[in-house]
Amino acid sequence: MLQFRFDTRDLKPTRRDFLLGSAATAAGLVVGYRLMMAAPAMAQETAGEAAANPFQAYVEITPENRILIHSSQFEMGQGSYFGIATLVMEELDGDWGQVDVVGASGNTKLYGNLAWGGAFQGTGGSTSMTSSWERYRKAGAAARGMLVAAAARKWDVPAGEITVKSGVLSHGSDKLATFGELAADATAIPVPTDVQLKQREQWTQIGSDQLKRYDSAGKTNGTQGYTIDVKLDGLLTAVMIHPPKFGATVGSFDAGKAKALKGVADVVQTPRGVAVVADNMWTALKARDLVTVIWDESKAESRGSTDLLAEYNRLADGPGAATARNDGDAAAALASAAKVVEARYEFPYLAHASIEPLNAAARINADGTVEVWGGHQMPDVYQMAAAQVAGTTPDKVRLHVLKSGGSFGRRAVADADLVVEAVAVAKALGPGKPVKVQWTRENDMRGGRYRPAYVHAMKAGLDKDGKLVALYDHIVGQSIMGGSPMEAMVKDGVDPTSVEGAANLPYAIPNVKVELTTTKVGIPVLWWRSVGSTHTAYAVETFIDELAAAAGRDPVEFRLSLLDAHPRHAAVLRLAAEKADWGKPLPQGRFRGVALHESFFTYVAEVVEITMKGDNDFSVDRVVCAVDCGTPINPDQIRAQMEGGIGFGLGAILQEELTLTGGVVDQENYDTYTPLRIDQMPKVEVHIVPSTEPPTGVGEPGVPPIGPAVANALRAATGQTVRKLPILKNLSV
Amino acid sequence: MVAFTLNGEARTLDVEAEMPLLWAIRDIVGLTGTKFGCGMAQCGACTVHIDGTPTRSCQTLVGDVEGANITTIEGISGKVAETVQAVWAELDVPQCGYCQSGQIMSATALLTETPKPTDENINSAMSGNLCRCATYHRIRAAIHEAAHRLEA
Repeated sequence: MLQFRFDTRDLKPTRRDFLLGSAATAAGLVVGYRLMMAAPAMAQETAGEAAANPFQAYVEITPENRILIHSSQFEMGQGSYFGIATLVMEELDGDWGQVDVVGASGNTKLYGNLAWGGAFQGTGGSTSMTSSWERYRKAGAAARGMLVAAAARKWDVPAGEITVKSGVLSHGSDKLATFGELAADATAIPVPTDVQLKQREQWTQIGSDQLKRYDSAGKTNGTQGYTIDVKLDGLLTAVMIHPPKFGATVGSFDAGKAKALKGVADVVQTPRGVAVVADNMWTALKARDLVTVIWDESKAESRGSTDLLAEYNRLADGPGAATARNDGDAAAALASAAKVVEARYEFPYLAHASIEPLNAAARINADGTVEVWGGHQMPDVYQMAAAQVAGTTPDKVRLHVLKSGGSFGRRAVADADLVVEAVAVAKALGPGKPVKVQWTRENDMRGGRYRPAYVHAMKAGLDKDGKLVALYDHIVGQSIMGGSPMEAMVKDGVDPTSVEGAANLPYAIPNVKVELTTTKVGIPVLWWRSVGSTHTAYAVETFIDELAAAAGRDPVEFRLSLLDAHPRHAAVLRLAAEKADWGKPLPQGRFRGVALHESFFTYVAEVVEITMKGDNDFSVDRVVCAVDCGTPINPDQIRAQMEGGIGFGLGAILQEELTLTGGVVDQENYDTYTPLRIDQMPKVEVHIVPSTEPPTGVGEPGVPPIGPAVANALRAATGQTVRKLPILKNLSV
Repeated sequence: MVAFTLNGEARTLDVEAEMPLLWAIRDIVGLTGTKFGCGMAQCGACTVHIDGTPTRSCQTLVGDVEGANITTIEGISGKVAETVQAVWAELDVPQCGYCQSGQIMSATALLTETPKPTDENINSAMSGNLCRCATYHRIRAAIHEAAHRLEA
């Protein structure tokens, strides 16, 4: 998500400054730090600072001999808990049967994301392994060292003679102790400041293909709990009534009939709408139908998506409002090019549509403290937001960070929408009354925070020898950061999340201009798995394919000829092409397409094979994926994330589209907003590039190449590039 | 009052007949392995077995299951179910895991009915179960693997 870091020159990343700095603003949430593009090495540079006691901060050994790892990174299915546990276990030498991982929060210094300079805790931008790589290995090694030191002291033997294996320390044949037995003593040992991490060749966990997720069993027998499953004494359930248009507010509401229903606790107004609170979900849903709300739509967004895209297309005809990249003189090079190719792309709004509909539970305690249970993807911000709504200070707020049933970015919201709603309802109900706000699918689908709609106007010039001399891309669409607490990241009119993947396209082209026109629209937008690359990769990679054709060159060979300065890009492209038998003949009706994209410092190439089944019908049969994410930590999870990213991206590109008519979202449920289903899922093969580079993420980077690879295969089949998405709606041969 | 058998145990619930079975199971009985995803039988997260047939509990009224034998993910048992669950974990099928109760209920019913399913059988039995993490590739592999083991 966030491919940036905080510029540490400007900030004092202490908890106190962070809270004071934000409390000084009206919104209470403005994080006024400057952010810059980062390299993964940044996290390693800042990781040296902490000498926190690992037993307090990161690894808890319980008296029952359990290893409880406190994760700074949120688990939404992408395997961050498993990855972090792998880092700890590599150094700790515990037994996997002992392991569980829980979400930590409430201490930026311990849990701040090191890929963002440690300035705040959060999960996004596929940064979890980058942030955790040094931190959690060091924590595991320090914890092991302290356990050994405690044993050495207890047994009065040299530490160097003690062995640790599978959670047991031993000396000779007579002295034996479990982690649990030594935990109390170990906590009091001075924290070592110079832990030695294992050498790469000593690793048994990191990079192991035998290692399986520790948390799968609970996901096969119904015991894994999510926010929807929170059990608290006296827990009430609230369902929401939200305005039909974004920006509308409650004028008045009549809850008389609803309140008369047995089991209804209350009907209360919240910042965004009306909450119907009852003993259980069904009663709340029934009562909701009895509430009438008069909305004030005077400030609501009433435009539809067709109108907006028409407006974006008009804007795309003109010059961009801001410049994101300007190499050479693209205009002049286009004017003198032997051949100019133009293309116009349209991308719809997309919904995250996680299967667990959004939710959060909150309770105001009798002593004024506040507890909030939820999929807290940005805990620091949520803690502040909860405090502000409850009318207290952040230190009085305790977050319970739970695993979530998906997110894809949706649970990282700078204005903490669900937390605010849950705390507002809990506050209205009064102390000691816990309440879970549970959105319905319809609330979720119509709740906003979409991948923005975009238009790209592209032009490229080839010289008489077919050499690519100029590329121009004018991107039009809403800003994710602008108007949010992250406004400070917008520099010179450029929101980096609008242009990432285009402004940094890797191909050696002497003249490149990428422009941006940011539109003001009242439809809330957000990062959606792979963020800017969801549209830039499609535009750039299908356009490059067309340019290869215009130059009479093979798509793989053409790309490689422009990648001399980017060996990691070139390597994944070569690997995918080789494994997919690129260039070898296919049966009749079958076609290949390729795409290459780096996002969040992870390099992915995908080659797809499609079968045409009629003029406008085809199936995606096979995807060969090559990925370079630096040092592979959990190879099977890298494969899983590539497979899942491909399926997620394929559904979007084929058939997902969120539209609005007169400001009202047209889709409400999965009957009209249609993620991929199993019968559409291709076979996927993943090949991981061996690497000793620092690890980067895999949650998002599998998504961007699948769309353009499919579109390029379709162009191979039909001669046409589908430039308006989704493909199935706009494919006509 | 509605009486039925849930995971082998006789239950009598004092609820309105039009309450969806999903909410009766989750909020009244307190078994939360069965998930809410869409409320209109589009996602399959709420799949339970009613007299052995995989059924969307969000669109089944509790009044219509009087006397029925209902099994949820918590109560599923037997060789087929246990093989499916074991293979699911071995192949690391789940990502977020939220839809997987429903996937396993559907997969178990499929393998009980069709011990050696083809890809087409899998498509028709499983396409009502959405997985937003798109673990489909492994779901298919796990069903084939479970079939293989059950045959042995």
